[in-house]
Amino acid sequence: MFKYDSIQELVSAAKEAKEKISTLVLRDNAISMEKPEQSIFEQMEMDFMIMRNSVAEGQKKDQRSMSGLTGGEGYLMSEYAGKAKPLCGSFVAGAMARSLAVAGCNASMGRIVAAPTAGSCGILPGCLISMCDEKGFPEKDVIMSMFTAGAFGLVIAERSSIAGAQGGCQAECGSASAMAAAALTEIMGGTPSQCADACAIAIANQLGLVCDPVAGLVEIPCIKRNAAGVVLAFSSADMALAGLAPKIPVDECLDAMREVGDQLPNTLKETAGGGLAATPTGKKLREKVFGKP
Amino acid sequence: MNIFDIIGPVMIGPSSSHTAGAVRLGRVVNKLLDGADPVKVEIILSGSFAETYKGHGTDRALLAGIMGYHSYSPEIRDALQIAMDRGIEYSFVQQNIKGAHPNTAAINFTLPDGSTGSMQGASVGGGNILVNHINGIEVKFDGSNNTILVMHEDKPGVIASVTNLMHWQYVDLNISNFFLSRQIKGGEAIMTIEIDNLPPETLIDDIRRLPQVTNAFLIRRL
Repeated sequence: MFKYDSIQELVSAAKEAKEKISTLVLRDNAISMEKPEQSIFEQMEMDFMIMRNSVAEGQKKDQRSMSGLTGGEGYLMSEYAGKAKPLCGSFVAGAMARSLAVAGCNASMGRIVAAPTAGSCGILPGCLISMCDEKGFPEKDVIMSMFTAGAFGLVIAERSSIAGAQGGCQAECGSASAMAAAALTEIMGGTPSQCADACAIAIANQLGLVCDPVAGLVEIPCIKRNAAGVVLAFSSADMALAGLAPKIPVDECLDAMREVGDQLPNTLKETAGGGLAATPTGKKLREKVFGKP
Repeated sequence: MNIFDIIGPVMIGPSSSHTAGAVRLGRVVNKLLDGADPVKVEIILSGSFAETYKGHGTDRALLAGIMGYHSYSPEIRDALQIAMDRGIEYSFVQQNIKGAHPNTAAINFTLPDGSTGSMQGASVGGGNILVNHINGIEVKFDGSNNTILVMHEDKPGVIASVTNLMHWQYVDLNISNFFLSRQIKGGEAIMTIEIDNLPPETLIDDIRRLPQVTNAFLIRRL
């Protein structure tokens, strides 16, 4: 049984068994949850289907958040990705559109899969559904890669944090990007070490990202940060696959994220007391929703 | 934690603490209602719950939980309307509860027979909760285990009769946590008993029949 307290543990085990990390993690969870591997896989498959539904829900033209501050991001981006010639290319722009749609679905009280949190729920589906629908990777492989993503997430939660209130946005959108980067690397045929490299690169490239939600709502800047997280996941996976090994080992990157989170002031940890939330416009938007304090 | 705590839970947005956790707090009240619809609920929102409940749908989430819906039920969005249709008179009060966790709700309910009850608890992050008071008496449980609440008179021997019943008639039940609290000596008291397994349905009825026990509830792992 894995302890899920270091990513190196997962990489070493996969290397030794000459298997993918996801294969070992599925087996390990089947044992600990006392269920057949097939039923654990099916539960993950169900999560993937719900992610697809969240994309469809959030890409509707009339999608609006509960507060009315945001809405339509998924629709606008998918229109742009399909018709214009996006700078990032239509593949990445399409993945951004999917992530915005899921984050929008969340903001309008739709059904989502927290991955790892509600605020960062668009990143994994944005990346993974695009690998199926645009790049044509088999759905089974993509769903399997979610076990690698989940296992890395468990280690991140154990060694660092996945809660914005504890670690800032680096712990939410950052963790989601790192998990997605590892999954993407595995889908692309990367080695277990490269999956860990992709995770390390993603974590290192967004250390210090603060959680500063306007009016305390999971909308501004959270929705667009999901799209930024998708781009970070793709770029981190590509760097790992290209052989750019990180100089700081992945587990040390996670420890650094925890330390940075501890050092962030409370105003930048989901309290809406600093950053964008404390700007004149941020405060005005708050008043618009909740009235004068 | 397992893999589906990270890729999951499946939930209605937008916030694990202000929406999903609120549904779970409501669900604790639902268990105390024992299958009945309340005629009246008063929901006191404290701290961050009071300040931002509208934008997070915390009000809908709490009501949905009280009516028995889950944190993944699409009905949460329409919970205010559903409550009205079911004849539940509800009100929300913004009021700071001194010393309470920032995301705290206190819920007072009235049943059709006129009896009343209350629950106070906090959403402590990631959809997790902590229940602090039941019927005005201090309790402490987070719903991650199957939890039995036994309301009883504070008399010698009651704890022994409950645990003996569990041991001799339901052999496999293992208690993982026990918490006792009372208002005044000889007054009303509540036992909070967390157990590893899910007990058979008959256990609660058997506990209710014990002398000095006024009521008992099972709050299944949330």
